[in-house]
Amino acid sequence: MIDFEAANNTVVERMMSARPILKRIETAIDVIPGMRENLLLHAGPPITWEKASGPLRGAIVGALIFEGKATDWDSAVELVTSGQIDLEPCHEHATVGPMAGVTSPSMKVYVVENVVHGNVAYSNMNEGYGKVLRYGAYSEDVLEKLHWLNNSFSDLVNQALDSVGGLDIRAMLSESLHMGDEGHNRNKAGSILYAAKLAPAITLAQGSDEEKSKVIAFLGENALSFLNPVMAGCKAMADAGHGVEGSTIMTVMARNGTELGIKVSGLGNQWFTGPVGQPDGLYFPGFTLDDANGDIGDSTITETAGIGAFAMATAPAIVTFISGTPELALNTTMEMYEITTAEHTAFTIPALGFRGTPTGVDIRKVVELGIRPQINTGIAHKNPGVGQVGAGLVLPPMNVFEDALVAYAEKYLS
Amino acid sequence: MTTTKFEIRAGTYFDSVVLMQLQKSLVALDGVDDAGVVMATPANREVLISTGFSLDGITASPDDMLIVVKAIDEVTAADAISQVDALLKANRSSGGAGDFRPKSLRVAAELRPDSNWVLVSVPGKYAANVVHEALDLGKHVFLYSDNVSLKEEAELKQKGRDKGLLVMGPDCGTAIINGVGLGFANSVSSGNIGIVAASGTGAQAASVGIHSRGGGLSQVIGTGGRDLKSDVGGITFVQGLQLLAEDENTDVIVLISKPPSAELASKIIGIARGCGKPVVINFIGLAVPMRTMGNLSFAVSLDEAAEIAVQQSNKHDQQQNHNELPVLNGFVRGLFSGGTLAYETVLGVQLSFAPLFSNVAIRPEQKIADINKSVAHTIIDMGEDEFTQGRLHPMMDNNLRLRRLQQEVADPETGLILLDVVLGEGAHADPVSEIAPLIAEAKNTRPELEVVCLVVASADDLQNTSAQIEALEAVGAQVYRTVGDVLADLNGRLPASPDTGTSVQWSDKMSAINVGVETFYNSLQSQEAEVIHVDWRPPAGGNKKMMDILAKFKKK
Repeated sequence: MIDFEAANNTVVERMMSARPILKRIETAIDVIPGMRENLLLHAGPPITWEKASGPLRGAIVGALIFEGKATDWDSAVELVTSGQIDLEPCHEHATVGPMAGVTSPSMKVYVVENVVHGNVAYSNMNEGYGKVLRYGAYSEDVLEKLHWLNNSFSDLVNQALDSVGGLDIRAMLSESLHMGDEGHNRNKAGSILYAAKLAPAITLAQGSDEEKSKVIAFLGENALSFLNPVMAGCKAMADAGHGVEGSTIMTVMARNGTELGIKVSGLGNQWFTGPVGQPDGLYFPGFTLDDANGDIGDSTITETAGIGAFAMATAPAIVTFISGTPELALNTTMEMYEITTAEHTAFTIPALGFRGTPTGVDIRKVVELGIRPQINTGIAHKNPGVGQVGAGLVLPPMNVFEDALVAYAEKYLS
Repeated sequence: MTTTKFEIRAGTYFDSVVLMQLQKSLVALDGVDDAGVVMATPANREVLISTGFSLDGITASPDDMLIVVKAIDEVTAADAISQVDALLKANRSSGGAGDFRPKSLRVAAELRPDSNWVLVSVPGKYAANVVHEALDLGKHVFLYSDNVSLKEEAELKQKGRDKGLLVMGPDCGTAIINGVGLGFANSVSSGNIGIVAASGTGAQAASVGIHSRGGGLSQVIGTGGRDLKSDVGGITFVQGLQLLAEDENTDVIVLISKPPSAELASKIIGIARGCGKPVVINFIGLAVPMRTMGNLSFAVSLDEAAEIAVQQSNKHDQQQNHNELPVLNGFVRGLFSGGTLAYETVLGVQLSFAPLFSNVAIRPEQKIADINKSVAHTIIDMGEDEFTQGRLHPMMDNNLRLRRLQQEVADPETGLILLDVVLGEGAHADPVSEIAPLIAEAKNTRPELEVVCLVVASADDLQNTSAQIEALEAVGAQVYRTVGDVLADLNGRLPASPDTGTSVQWSDKMSAINVGVETFYNSLQSQEAEVIHVDWRPPAGGNKKMMDILAKFKKK
């Protein structure tokens, strides 16, 4: 019989030894493998327009307008439904995107290289809070912001990245976890660190002082500016562990607003999917559960890599955001040790005596113990364009782990 | 008019103690006549039906929780069922903020790396897996669960022995480890008496008896009731005995069991004889061969075992009489003329000599196949009808017995020959004149051969008793006048303390991981013992298909 334990140890060793460096910002079509003119990438497992939820539809429409391929909702829908535009998961192109995750050919993306194993991962620019494309908004101001991110912002950040020779995402995350971030829903400290590392170089870059000031302010004030580089970093780490024969470790977990899908290191590129859950959490004033969309986004790559909800014990302040107590934060991390394979060598938790974060979800343990990976998430409005309406906790459907285990048994145990 | 309502919660597992508390809380509600909350096993369903619930049309699997409420009306019943979650929460021990409860043994062991015991009380069909995991983690196991197969028990105990770990159970009700009572242990003084018991209530009765007489307990090792069955081979019993023999806080050892197989009994007695401490044995229901045998005392009841143990514990500076008899080399061959003497001898050696065969067998397996051919240890009554047809009784005619004596001497497996010489009015006029020459001849050809003679005679018998005895002694026979003395001699020749092949990892602390019934966790907490509770659930929620796959991973 295959030595699944040895395989799993290999996977977590690769995931933890991976060293993701944020190198540059490039245009998607120039760098993302398989990116083409008529392709839009989206979060989660594969989906059709018909099955897509509101925020994803809105983001698709917005991206097509951004690309100049459509002018409004109807013309965008026509392009997608007539088959002129293809939809494919970000994850199948080494890419991750928060919420709708829609990434189009001319969008700028972060290029994060795992310098230990050589694989590269990509993620789009973070637009901040409010009305944003990733929540399905596509109004004029949204598009204007996207263009600014694609031009001045990317240009100045890129010059700064070149100047500092790239940023070590793993090292910055290790630090921000000690500053109260968990790397998924809370990247406040990380975003300030990010701004602090780039600001000196930005001030020396080519560009107007006004733009430089605006970019530095945005980097520091947007508590999510570090989220997208972190996600690409986590993707680079998780991918380093993918494809190890016999391993039962989950290397992808992502949601498209309708379905959640996982992939398992030893089971190739097969998706195991099930209906997304409804996050349980706090709603912003004026919104209720009735407004909430199903769980959406590739940001669960953080939990997959051993941070996010898995590192909640180090981010007690987050519980106010997701409606809980500091004990809940501690116990969530404690529970995740039940279903993981290793304690992270780079990400540690002071409150637990600097224990490493629980890393490498073993589908075998998930099924045996009935404990599902915890997810911290933002909650999107179910209608396109409204934006975030709250944040909370959600669980993946159990069947994805059971289905994966059955597939594993067929491949390795029969 | 009452109404019955029910609810099934699929794949919801709670231990029976929690469910019983819940049941009690439901019955206490106004308007509720009766309530049942069980895991829907066939046995539990029968209990509900027998207490007057109708379960017609209710289909639930053994992994489902079944709630049935009988109340004065529909609304009251429904209301009661709706309170189940709140009651469950209220019954949960407070835990306190941040009190994380692990769900797996692995994580519990990570949280308490210095824990050395795992208490297992999960349903029997899941127990073996949990015990395997505990042993893999290097922990001793107290296994309260029942319904563990004999095969699994043997596997687990062999694995434990190989790792130097105890597996107490399955179905082990009672133990006291380093002063901490497990299961149903009574509150007794600590002291210098250790118990190994294959009976939980036996251990309780004896320990209470010791306590009430002013004695105290060092350790109480439970083994589970089947440990001394031949399939298991007394692994835990032997480990426990060895542990107490080596334990410096134990001065007196009490062994409690139903009568074990002859082979196992002789093994245990051999170890007990060699352990260097007074050992009180109560093989419940077995006729006691004698009251004492060297350092061993045989008690006829649990209470008497306690009595003897306390007496012994109060004089532990007393030296044990070690008799200096040579160790038996070969088998015992007893050739009797007196049937009752033979029978009493069989009774007296059957615990310590195995295998043992006889034509006056006490147990069926001792029945000799061919009375003319000795096998292993053999005790033959030559006064039986098979031998006396057409000839005189051997008390009058030595002929046949002398021929048999020569046959035994010629058998290289014979190590000791036991003969009775019964004198009296109608007996042979001078039996020793015929017997002694043959003994002399035997001693001449095989000097290592031992000969023991039991002379049953009054000093005034017409054969001149003292002359008969002198003649036997002159040719090198060891002569005794009572069966008891013969038995003491024979048992005194047994090799003491054979290597048990085990060494138990032991430390004087008790830090436990509790998997299963929460009552045990609460009990250890109230004794201020270190304990962590595992919030255990059936693997994969009891989903058979998933459990089958998961099992394949464990068969590496």
